[in-house]
Amino acid sequence: MIANGRVFKYGDNIDTDVIIPARYLNVSEPAELAAHCMEDIDKDFIKNVKEGDIIVAGKNFGCGSSREHAPIAIKKAGISVVIAKTYARIFYRNAINIGLAIMECDEAVDGIDDGDMVTVDFDTGIIKNQTKNQIYKGQSFPPFIQDIIKSGGLLPYMSTL
Amino acid sequence: MGMTMTQKILADHAGKTEVKAGELIMADLDLVLGNDVTTPVAVKEYIKAGAKDIFDKDKVVIVLDHFTPNKDIKAAEQCVISRKFAKEQEITNFYDVGSMGIEHCLLPEKGLVVPGNAVIGADSHTCTYGALGAFSTGIGSTDMAAGMMKGKTWFKVPAAIKFNLTGKLNKWVSGKDVILHIIGMIGVDGALYKSMEFTGEGLESLSMDDRFTIANMAIEAGGKNGIFDVDEKTLEYIREHAPGKSYKIYKADEDAEYEELYNIDLSEIKPAVAFPHLPENVKTIDEIEDIKIDQVVIGSCTNGRISDLRTAAEIMKGKKVADGVRAIVIPGTRDVQLQAIKEGLAEIFIEAGAVFSTPTCGPCLGGHMGILAKGERAVSTTNRNFVGRMGHPESEVYLAGPAVAAASAVSGKISAPEDC
Repeated sequence: MIANGRVFKYGDNIDTDVIIPARYLNVSEPAELAAHCMEDIDKDFIKNVKEGDIIVAGKNFGCGSSREHAPIAIKKAGISVVIAKTYARIFYRNAINIGLAIMECDEAVDGIDDGDMVTVDFDTGIIKNQTKNQIYKGQSFPPFIQDIIKSGGLLPYMSTL
Repeated sequence: MGMTMTQKILADHAGKTEVKAGELIMADLDLVLGNDVTTPVAVKEYIKAGAKDIFDKDKVVIVLDHFTPNKDIKAAEQCVISRKFAKEQEITNFYDVGSMGIEHCLLPEKGLVVPGNAVIGADSHTCTYGALGAFSTGIGSTDMAAGMMKGKTWFKVPAAIKFNLTGKLNKWVSGKDVILHIIGMIGVDGALYKSMEFTGEGLESLSMDDRFTIANMAIEAGGKNGIFDVDEKTLEYIREHAPGKSYKIYKADEDAEYEELYNIDLSEIKPAVAFPHLPENVKTIDEIEDIKIDQVVIGSCTNGRISDLRTAAEIMKGKKVADGVRAIVIPGTRDVQLQAIKEGLAEIFIEAGAVFSTPTCGPCLGGHMGILAKGERAVSTTNRNFVGRMGHPESEVYLAGPAVAAASAVSGKISAPEDC
């Protein structure tokens, strides 16, 4: 599988309160959540994001609240993959469980700027920066987590146990 | 190789004699928790997966605490989903308005968690129960659905950081100041994926309420869980709240491996304040210049327990909330609320000009009951000061313990308890 899109770049410690502010958690519909994704730090995000685009961020992405509404909002907004240096652990689990692709790669985060066009090959973990003509190698998931993804998420996987 | 407290609990729950940091395991669960925000998403996933009966109707807990009593129509409709599911599944521990409290104050009080348990909750502050010597961690809604279905979930066994506590806290210094000090020292990702294990002779002087507060904010350092050694104080708490319930005490092996060790002398901890917009932006009270405030919140799963209200009342007794400041006191549970009324604390708050609310998470996450306008500042005993956490993206939250919060309410600026 290949992702290809324009990059929205953010800094360290992007928390789930800015990914989807709690004032919008009185709903759980993905489209309604996506409409407010990132608005407290980037009010134009939802206006500008296109299907397939990519979020690149620093360390500890998704810290804070356990709200699964955060990866749901990002996925529904059209983001094909998030590339960060590290993830907060609940966000990491949630992303896998709902099928939002995520990758860890320091080199890519340092090399990619906001607005760059980037291609990600999930099978090889190769991240290609088309704008800067650079290549970075991302980390692939351990086999256990790949099994969850192959099963179509956590619940189908647990059903097979 | 020896194991930490967390590793031993996980090994036992996975039916293994030994686990190592980094190992992926499938573990049995003693309790699965959800609230009014996270449960509806879990229920949707549960139904989508075609799952029928939950694994154990006594081991799933649902607490409607975030936007309750319902703040608006949409929130009310979310609660209907949880209520209906709880009824259909005959969930024993379903807490609605009239019985509910803030989940992480409520579960220990109801005796639902005991030492040695493995607990997951679709709320990041589920790590609170580590204060009881349990392994307890926050997960998402899909994880909650899987946990309800099978009574199991997967974990990556965490490496650990050991905090060796010595000494005794000074007057007006509490568990909140200890954990803010630690987060200031190691950062908001300082314990990423790891367990934070609290031990040492200093434990003896920490009340259970202090320990709940410290374990509660392990997530604010990125920790998977926080966990305390079980001692006589823990057992006294269990005898009072979970009499007759069987528990198991896990002690770390002598040769357990820790990635880092911190020695903390509790007598050196000063009242602390975390500045916007990260819990790691910590200053001690003596380093802070005049900062005028508009609101004070005393409550939440971090500091909504009776000792927190006692501390705040001791400072506010016979005084008035400063002009231009709104002070909001929110007890964590109905028992705390009732106790505060019996002891005359409620009267102290109300006479001082504060409001005294029914239990709710409310303003902590910018839900209701005290939302900030653009440019406003709050001192709050809650756990997060992220951008927009308590309201407008350009408002500010300063995190502190109940003593600094109460003193600040009286003086109208961030203040030391001695100065108000």
